[in-house]
Amino acid sequence: MNTFFVWSGIALLLMMVPIFYRMHIGPTAIDRILAVNVIGTKTAVLLVFIGTIFPGGRIEMFVDFALAYGLLNFIGSLAAARYFHRSKAVAGEIDVEGEAEGS
Amino acid sequence: MGYRVFIFVLLLITWVLLSGQFDAFHLILGLISCALVTWMSSDLLFRTREDPVMQRVQEGWKLVWYFLWMLWQIFLANIAILKLALSPSALQQVNPSIVHFKTKLKSDFAKFLLANSITLTPGTVTIKIRGDDFYVHAINEEAAAGLDGEMERRIARIYRAERAASSSESSGEEDSQ
Amino acid sequence: MSIIINIISIVFILAGLVFFFGSVVGVVRFPDFYTRMHAAGKGDTLSSLLVVMGFAVYHLGQIHWTDFAWADLLVVIKLLAICAFIMLTSPTATHALMDAGYEDGIEPLLRKKGNALQDEEIGDRR
Repeated sequence: MNTFFVWSGIALLLMMVPIFYRMHIGPTAIDRILAVNVIGTKTAVLLVFIGTIFPGGRIEMFVDFALAYGLLNFIGSLAAARYFHRSKAVAGEIDVEGEAEGS
Repeated sequence: MGYRVFIFVLLLITWVLLSGQFDAFHLILGLISCALVTWMSSDLLFRTREDPVMQRVQEGWKLVWYFLWMLWQIFLANIAILKLALSPSALQQVNPSIVHFKTKLKSDFAKFLLANSITLTPGTVTIKIRGDDFYVHAINEEAAAGLDGEMERRIARIYRAERAASSSESSGEEDSQ
Repeated sequence: MSIIINIISIVFILAGLVFFFGSVVGVVRFPDFYTRMHAAGKGDTLSSLLVVMGFAVYHLGQIHWTDFAWADLLVVIKLLAICAFIMLTSPTATHALMDAGYEDGIEPLLRKKGNALQDEEIGDRR
């Protein structure tokens, strides 16, 4: 069972690499945030993998880590989304009233 | 008062689940901190408090069944995504459009549920909610046609207030385009 | 008995990995921001859900029912709590990013004239 967990964890890790590629080329900033969000969710899952194959069986510790990491990831992507929501108005490129013509 | 007790019990359950310690010291600590949080900020959790607490509990129970139904919908959505992503002619099949419809749901939480469900069902993602107006990005024509209000009826069935509102109004005012 | 539980958890985890693969291919391949969001929002939710559920099943099988300890059961409950949490937050984060992307002015790729948002919006944007 442990070998299966190790190999599926490695598969999960390898599948994150294409998302890193999207993070690197992503045409817009939100694309990159999206990639970071996906990787963050998968890292929380990966922590459960690590906890299960951890020698000595400390899964109860790693489950807490995964929960906290998922929470932080959610708050982080919400904060980034809120920031970009207003970024154009903050940067002064457009005034908020006439935003529709600019987009 | 009933709501305060309800929130206190919810907080205590969360405390016990997250701490995992069952000795007297930790339980008393949990009781004290849950009481403090309930005393200071119990008005943050439920906005409207006209309904009796038992009705809330029943709604929560129905919500569990709704989530099980939605799990099946997510499964279908993922099979659709998998097919689309792995088919060689994916770019030809993608024909996005932005669809607008009005919802009859009133409460914020019901709208949140509807938006989440739209995001998780095949081919559609909510872009924007403004009041009663939903703007939905549909990946192709079938997905846009699938927004027929079935999900909305399921959500309205959970909440008693929503049921009353949707039965009194006349139906059939969705304009999707 | 334990073999059956292990097989169920293996099936869950493999299904999660397959759906995550679909989501990854979608994120890399789809043409514009909004369609990539479809792949990321859905695939991410279900694959995390399935993998964590597989682990919940596995750890349920690991409990020694003869000398029962609450800590073992709490692990399963916490894993299920992670499931519920992912199911609530992942679509919300997707929606928030989608909204931010639209407000940031990313043009959706539209084949026909179907942008209901832009038709009604001129003049009343906040």
